[in-house]
Amino acid sequence: MKSLILRDLKLAFRSGGGFALTLAFFLIVVMFVPFGVGANLDLLARIAPGILWIGALLSCLLSLDRIFQLDWEDGTLEALATSPIPLSGIALSKATAHWITTGLPITIAAIPLGYLLNLPTQSYTWLIASLALGTPTLSFIGAFGAAITVGIKRGGLLLSLLVLPLYIPTLMLGAQVVAIGTPNPAQLLALVAAISLLSIALIPFACAIALRSNLR
Amino acid sequence: MFGFDKYTNTVLMAYGVAIAMLAILIVLSLMKSNRVKRELDAQEAKSNGKN
Amino acid sequence: MSLWEYANPARFMALSGRILPTLTIASAVLLLSGLIWGFFGTPADYKQGSTVKIIFLHVPTALMAINAWLMMLVASLIWLIRRHHVSALAAKAAAPIGMTMTLIALATGAIWGKPMWGTYWAWDPRLTSFMILLIFYFGYLALWEAVSDKDTAADLTSILCIVGSVFAVLSRYAVNFWSQGLHQGASLSLDKETHVDNAFYFPLLVSMAGMVLLFVTLVLIRTRTEIRTRRLSALRAREV
Repeated sequence: MKSLILRDLKLAFRSGGGFALTLAFFLIVVMFVPFGVGANLDLLARIAPGILWIGALLSCLLSLDRIFQLDWEDGTLEALATSPIPLSGIALSKATAHWITTGLPITIAAIPLGYLLNLPTQSYTWLIASLALGTPTLSFIGAFGAAITVGIKRGGLLLSLLVLPLYIPTLMLGAQVVAIGTPNPAQLLALVAAISLLSIALIPFACAIALRSNLR
Repeated sequence: MFGFDKYTNTVLMAYGVAIAMLAILIVLSLMKSNRVKRELDAQEAKSNGKN
Repeated sequence: MSLWEYANPARFMALSGRILPTLTIASAVLLLSGLIWGFFGTPADYKQGSTVKIIFLHVPTALMAINAWLMMLVASLIWLIRRHHVSALAAKAAAPIGMTMTLIALATGAIWGKPMWGTYWAWDPRLTSFMILLIFYFGYLALWEAVSDKDTAADLTSILCIVGSVFAVLSRYAVNFWSQGLHQGASLSLDKETHVDNAFYFPLLVSMAGMVLLFVTLVLIRTRTEIRTRRLSALRAREV
């Protein structure tokens, strides 16, 4: 499983696309908000947590179809399915690799982007914590959506329609953690982490069912 | 006995919208049911005739 | 004799064909009498005026919007565990009905909300949860349409329904935290139980029973359609 993660990481770095593209997209989304709502610093500071979280969701969405699509097309997935690693283990490795190549860079990139949006100084700790603990959910749910739509031609739009509703609890709680004036951010942060743990524990099995059905 | 007041339009609109949507659902379900039933009957008659 | 015998499509068709006429009449009578009783036979509320009559549409449809999803969840689990085709098809048949119920609940709520709250829409936890439920229905139905192989479609939609249910419940609770943070104290709760008087309670019960029966009737009709569609494509495939 470790080698599977390493292989995915190597592929992501070598093609160069995934990694840099996700961050460029994140930058563009965040940059467009002042273009749309005006460069009022007070307003930007107020909406920054939500913008950063929505930007993270959308950037994550962009690279989801890569999780299984290429391996599905060239038959690697079929070969992997007959290997001794259970399908849920494969899904776990793939989702982890996806998080390392998107969730982690997004979390780090959120710091300078938060500065662009005039995010209040005391919010940065909460921003990093909530993104670091929340983005694993995004990758795991995303892997689930990718596993479901892997057999569908041009399934990208459907993938978004399936995955985005599942992101709602993480988005609501995560953005709330960062917002100023939330009475008890640590409690919400614990809930964000709990959702991530739940996703990591259960979603690989759901992925396995979806992949097995698609491979049949 | 009606018990209506200045909200008559509101109530009528709510009932109108809801009943219209229910009616669309029921009519579409029945239409599809009848169409499929007819096609299946035709197909079964055709298949039986051949065998 | 066990319940599982009806998982056989032929038996299901026979049984459902036998009970459908009675069921249709019963649901029509109950729903119509509940609505007519509610529409003509109830007094205006001292606070809400005659808009209180909308409750006889709003509450039963909201109830069925959630129960339809629960039924789909149970049917999906049965399909994944026991592989009964009728179960998967019943889940598919229920989804458009649940979606319509959600839409009606949202629409009647919005129409009621305009004079009572002064707005068609507010980001209140209950309203938001229903909007979320609606997009879950959209995704579920879209997935059924997108997958061409029937058994794979049943598998994928079932697992989506199960995972979706978990996250729908999480959303329902997340919404409470989120909405508290946004409107401080601007409470727009419906407070149903406190002012439902007997004059409203009985017609409401009749409407709810009618809506449940209507749902069952429509699910049976649509499941029968799905079974016939399946048989039709099997016959056609054999010919080619």
